[in-house]
Amino acid sequence: MSSGLYQIRDKDLDTTLDLTKLRPYGDTMNDGKVQMSFTLPVKDDDKGAAAAVLMAQKMGMADPNVALRQKLDETFTFYVVYGAVTHSVNYNEIVVQTVGDVAMEMDETNEYIKSHLGRKVVVVGASTGTDAHTVGIDAIMNRKGFAGHYGLERYEMIEAYNLGSQVPNDVFLQKCRELKADVALVSQTVTQKDVHIQNLTELIELAEAEGLRDKLIFCCGGARITHALAKELGYDAGFGAGTYAGDVATFAVKEMARRAGTETV
Amino acid sequence: MASKLHLDYDKVAKARAYAAHVAEDTQQFIDLHTTVAVERTVCRLLGIDGVNEAEVPLPNVVVDHLNEKGALSQGAAFWVGNAMLETGKDTQGVAEAVAAGELDLTSVKPHAEAEIRAVLAPVVEASLAKIRKNRKRREDFIAGHGGEKNGPWIYLIVATGNIFEDIVQATAAARQGADVIAVIRTTGQSLLDYVPYGATTEGFGGTYATQENFRLMREALDKVGEEEGRYIRLCNYCSGLCMPEIAAMGAFEGLDMMLNDALYGILFRDINMQRTLVDQCFSRAINSYAGIIINTGEDNYLTTADAVEEAHTVLASQFLNEAFALKAGLPEEQQGLGHAFEIDPAVENGFLYELAQAEMAREIFPKAPLKYMPPTKFMTGNVFRGHVQDALFNMVTILTQQKVHLLGMMTEAIHTPFLSDRYLAIENAQYIFRTMADLGDEIVFKEGGIMENRASEVLDKATGLLAQIEQLGIFETLERGIFADIKRPRDGGKGLDGVTQKAPGYFNPFMEAMMEANLNAMKGGAVK
Repeated sequence: MSSGLYQIRDKDLDTTLDLTKLRPYGDTMNDGKVQMSFTLPVKDDDKGAAAAVLMAQKMGMADPNVALRQKLDETFTFYVVYGAVTHSVNYNEIVVQTVGDVAMEMDETNEYIKSHLGRKVVVVGASTGTDAHTVGIDAIMNRKGFAGHYGLERYEMIEAYNLGSQVPNDVFLQKCRELKADVALVSQTVTQKDVHIQNLTELIELAEAEGLRDKLIFCCGGARITHALAKELGYDAGFGAGTYAGDVATFAVKEMARRAGTETV
Repeated sequence: MASKLHLDYDKVAKARAYAAHVAEDTQQFIDLHTTVAVERTVCRLLGIDGVNEAEVPLPNVVVDHLNEKGALSQGAAFWVGNAMLETGKDTQGVAEAVAAGELDLTSVKPHAEAEIRAVLAPVVEASLAKIRKNRKRREDFIAGHGGEKNGPWIYLIVATGNIFEDIVQATAAARQGADVIAVIRTTGQSLLDYVPYGATTEGFGGTYATQENFRLMREALDKVGEEEGRYIRLCNYCSGLCMPEIAAMGAFEGLDMMLNDALYGILFRDINMQRTLVDQCFSRAINSYAGIIINTGEDNYLTTADAVEEAHTVLASQFLNEAFALKAGLPEEQQGLGHAFEIDPAVENGFLYELAQAEMAREIFPKAPLKYMPPTKFMTGNVFRGHVQDALFNMVTILTQQKVHLLGMMTEAIHTPFLSDRYLAIENAQYIFRTMADLGDEIVFKEGGIMENRASEVLDKATGLLAQIEQLGIFETLERGIFADIKRPRDGGKGLDGVTQKAPGYFNPFMEAMMEANLNAMKGGAVK
């Protein structure tokens, strides 16, 4: 049974799609087939392979098949494992809170700003609080961008100011005021002991107190940030892993247009 | 060597002459200035090390002290040597006294320059001897283990943030076939105006470059190198606000390779251009003396600009990096000029363009251990296609004899490499390097074909651009945004306040000694 080569299909397998019991698809509906690979810090022998099988079973895989075991170093072995997932999920019950706007290309965004807002948009970004990491804000703002997505500094119709890292929240807001920012971007990389939640809350409360909250669009971002979390904390949007400058720019300019009542123009 | 691409070598000579003129012109500015980083480097080379209670490195303490007194223009060597004469302390003792607030270097009675030079001479020589010893250690190790490897060097990165975890990964990578291990730096270190101290275990996306971390990794690579019977090179980043300091630390700890570009920090880290130009010169003089191969950063242009349209800016920058390096006494054999495999996979015949450009770089810079960067911009998270892209990249390297071959990872754009990602990347490269080992020798390119035309077009445009840069000078070129579409003002960016005009009587005993040795070696081809 463990070899897939001559496997006869399980006659009991119900091959009707049921979205309340969603499973991965290999080559037959509901077969649950997945591929995965991982490394265990043990030497390459039968005992190691048995550990890989057990690991896969504990992850909910039935009939795990170790297709490859490869020694990486004396005490590290790489496994490629195929198997069938025994779990299912109810697709119909899933609700996802997302930024609704579909990301536009850079040129499209520039055009959108010209036609809907008629002036350059000022974006001020920083990694605020004690966070010393610029990787997030740089990925969004630097010309070079990230993963092939140009940063906001490259957008002709966006005036982008990247204030860097460890900017105190009050200084950040003061800069937003000076630069007449339309959009404030806050990046948070360090999340140990939920320091990012405290810092993001502090910033939004300060903005409220200074009467800036409704004058600007506030976005936060970082690997551990989700749109849902951002909304909960009082931000207009949140951008997590897998989002780029285009996602941020699109939301920001469309939100500005929505507020100005020019969105449908 | 006969050109497979039938390159116009008169044009190559012309481009080279333009670049040399730009470097010559810039050198006049460089020679008149020093920076806080240069002077901290002098302190380090004089043996000043350690930190004060606030964890400020003593080279910073001394240089900040001089800067506050407006005395930096004389050079740190002058003041430290002067204080040695007066107090009888050694260099470290002088620095510690400054740190303790017991000694104001500028209020010490000034001695004659000859006297100061004399008291410093044995310290300078001891330091230079230590660097020469490291160089010899590398050369002996290689000679004792069958000589230098033919073919590309497989270059792998480690980036865990923790030097001890990096060592585990680096050792595994070396056993799997890596020839060069680069320890990626933690994000943002390039903008620190000091070098952190000691072994570090917390970095983000990389590990702090510290002298102790260098030492630990060198020790680990020597160990695995002995086991494997071949030398494993260690690479780090000699860039940012501490370019020459990191060069000095690397020279002390036996590093073999350094990312070290004349213009990268200006363009991509917004470091002031005056600062970087002065810093790069000293850093390269040190790298040259220590036998360290530099890697330049032209590949980065293609991450912001289009790889087809902007290929000539890469070539123009290679000519400039070569010219600046020669000015600092760094020979061609140590110039790992950079370029990259970054053409959009959607471009028809894109592979032919990549192959033409790589062959062109090989033919124009025949002695340089060219650094070839893998695809990054069009790596999407589709790990399966990514593995194919990396395979095509590996083919270009073996066909055109690129030397410093940065292995592409199928998981580029997802995470820093897993142990298994690195294994799969090495397997991919070794497979291609083995089965295509001599394919390059078997191939001729069609006369008047796509590849020949491509190379000719890129060379044409690069020569034209260099002619323009020669007219403008490097400062205005950068101000106009000619490289990577990035404009940088002459007085903008970080670190300008650390640039000082030299006063009469300024001296840097290391720069003098190293340049003399470097230039002699370049003339005679002799070992320093």
